[in-house]
Amino acid sequence: MIEVEHLTKSYGRGNAVSDISFKVNKGEIVGFLGPNGAGKTTTMRIITGYLPATSGTARISGFDVAEQSLEVRKRIGYLPETPPLYPEMSVHAYLEFIARIKGVATADITNRTNYAMEATGLLERKDDLIKRLSRGYKQRVGIAQAIVHDPDVVILDEPTNGLDPNQILEVRNLINRLSGEHTIILSTHILKEVEETCQRVVIINKGRIVAEDTPQNLSKQRAGSERTHLLIRGDEAAVKAAIGTIEGIHSIEAKDKEGLLDVTVENQAGTDLRSQIAARVVTSGFELFELRSESLSLEEVFRQLTTEEKTEAAS
Amino acid sequence: MKNIIAIYRRELGSYFVSPIAYSVIGVFLAIVGLVFYFGMFSRIITDVMRYRMQAMQSGQAGDIDVPLILLQQLMGFAATVSLFMVPMLTMGSYAEERKRGTMEMLMTSPLTELQIVLGKFFSGLTLYILLIAPTLVFNLYVAKFSDPSFPWRILWSSYLGLVLLGAVLIAIGLFISSLTENQIVAGVVTFAVALMLWIINIFASDAGTTTGQVLQYLSVIRHYEDFTRGVIDTTSLVFYLTLTALGLFLTWQSLNSMRWRRA
Repeated sequence: MIEVEHLTKSYGRGNAVSDISFKVNKGEIVGFLGPNGAGKTTTMRIITGYLPATSGTARISGFDVAEQSLEVRKRIGYLPETPPLYPEMSVHAYLEFIARIKGVATADITNRTNYAMEATGLLERKDDLIKRLSRGYKQRVGIAQAIVHDPDVVILDEPTNGLDPNQILEVRNLINRLSGEHTIILSTHILKEVEETCQRVVIINKGRIVAEDTPQNLSKQRAGSERTHLLIRGDEAAVKAAIGTIEGIHSIEAKDKEGLLDVTVENQAGTDLRSQIAARVVTSGFELFELRSESLSLEEVFRQLTTEEKTEAAS
Repeated sequence: MKNIIAIYRRELGSYFVSPIAYSVIGVFLAIVGLVFYFGMFSRIITDVMRYRMQAMQSGQAGDIDVPLILLQQLMGFAATVSLFMVPMLTMGSYAEERKRGTMEMLMTSPLTELQIVLGKFFSGLTLYILLIAPTLVFNLYVAKFSDPSFPWRILWSSYLGLVLLGAVLIAIGLFISSLTENQIVAGVVTFAVALMLWIINIFASDAGTTTGQVLQYLSVIRHYEDFTRGVIDTTSLVFYLTLTALGLFLTWQSLNSMRWRRA
């Protein structure tokens, strides 16, 4: 659905985006994650045809964004960072206008605007002037204008930016509802958002893709090893000796915690040793109070990736 | 075409829900109306009375064409007030779109730049025609009591001139608005440029030289004076239409270049 190949955009001083390639399949929700100024907006603007790329290509539904811009623009819905609203218009007049210029057939305009308003929960505010709406409602109108012409691809630039927690939740639910019908790319610098809404994450930093995977896999991979936490009653040396003989274990640390032993076991990523560890603890005669495995949170992964990149750039 | 109409309708609708159209039309009509009543009407009537008295005393009968003078005065004044009003109508057209981020939406919609340019131009021109149309009332009022008979031909050619003049001002104003995000700057610069085209013939001290002739030719108001004398000169028509087309072309290029130089 979306194919981006070796995309580079340079401004006078340097590259905003360097050699970015990725693909998004039909019906997927992909999150574009990166700190502010990482090149998310630039990439999205190139995909929408708003900005020309310096080199590389981007295709949407097989149409080149630079060569067949009009065809591409018919097939995308785009919510820029600030929702592009006409404050003096009413919600439905605005959406009708958008439907018209996006090429919706005249006979379908009422249907499509109603659909967009229903999907975004705007029906009861349809006659309100946009300038009278709250920030959250304005954002909904912004999303409504991105889906009113039933585009193949919906591109949302920081859709939850500047919203309060309740509004953020609403917008996230809205995005999840849209996911079945549209292919969605959204950008954000909030990790939780990606974990909750996206099937795939592209982490971008300093204009480069530094990682790309599902949120779950990313957390696991980057950890390199998996950690298991145990809470045991027993002697430290004896516990270490008992567990240490299990194959695949890298290290064992133990410290005292309220009379119990808090043990952290690190093992090779991808091997699940929890049942073996549990069995060993119990058969060795220790009391097991707690056992949980821990993978690095996406937040840690993100911080790792984006700071690694920084040190690379500095050297 | 459908896209041009969509842009046109939205623009015109926005003019009328914002206070801009109403205040510009209101101020325009108030100024023209007041000047018509106090300035021209009563003064010219006094002048005519005095002239008649002098003529009777000296025994020579002379006629002056009062309706024609009134018409020419009014149309000349309407043109001058347009010079001040049009920049206010056009200043926000692109500047506000850029500032509000709606330009990005238009540019990523399946519209061509030319469709945007034409839609906005025709909505501006429509508003301008609505702005000057009520001044017909003043002229029809004069026509009702007119003796000698009212110069209808000059009335229509004057209005044609006024619309053409408006088209030039709007095209220039829209172009300047497309260059900035600040509508006040756009308004001020538009006014300055329009004023320049207005008074450029002043600099033509010697109409004999080529430079003098060029400067004379470039004066927007000099061509307008032809129309208010009932002369529809091809040169003037070409002049106005060329300037309008140039303004639209430059706006179009300005939008095109926005796509390429955006940083």
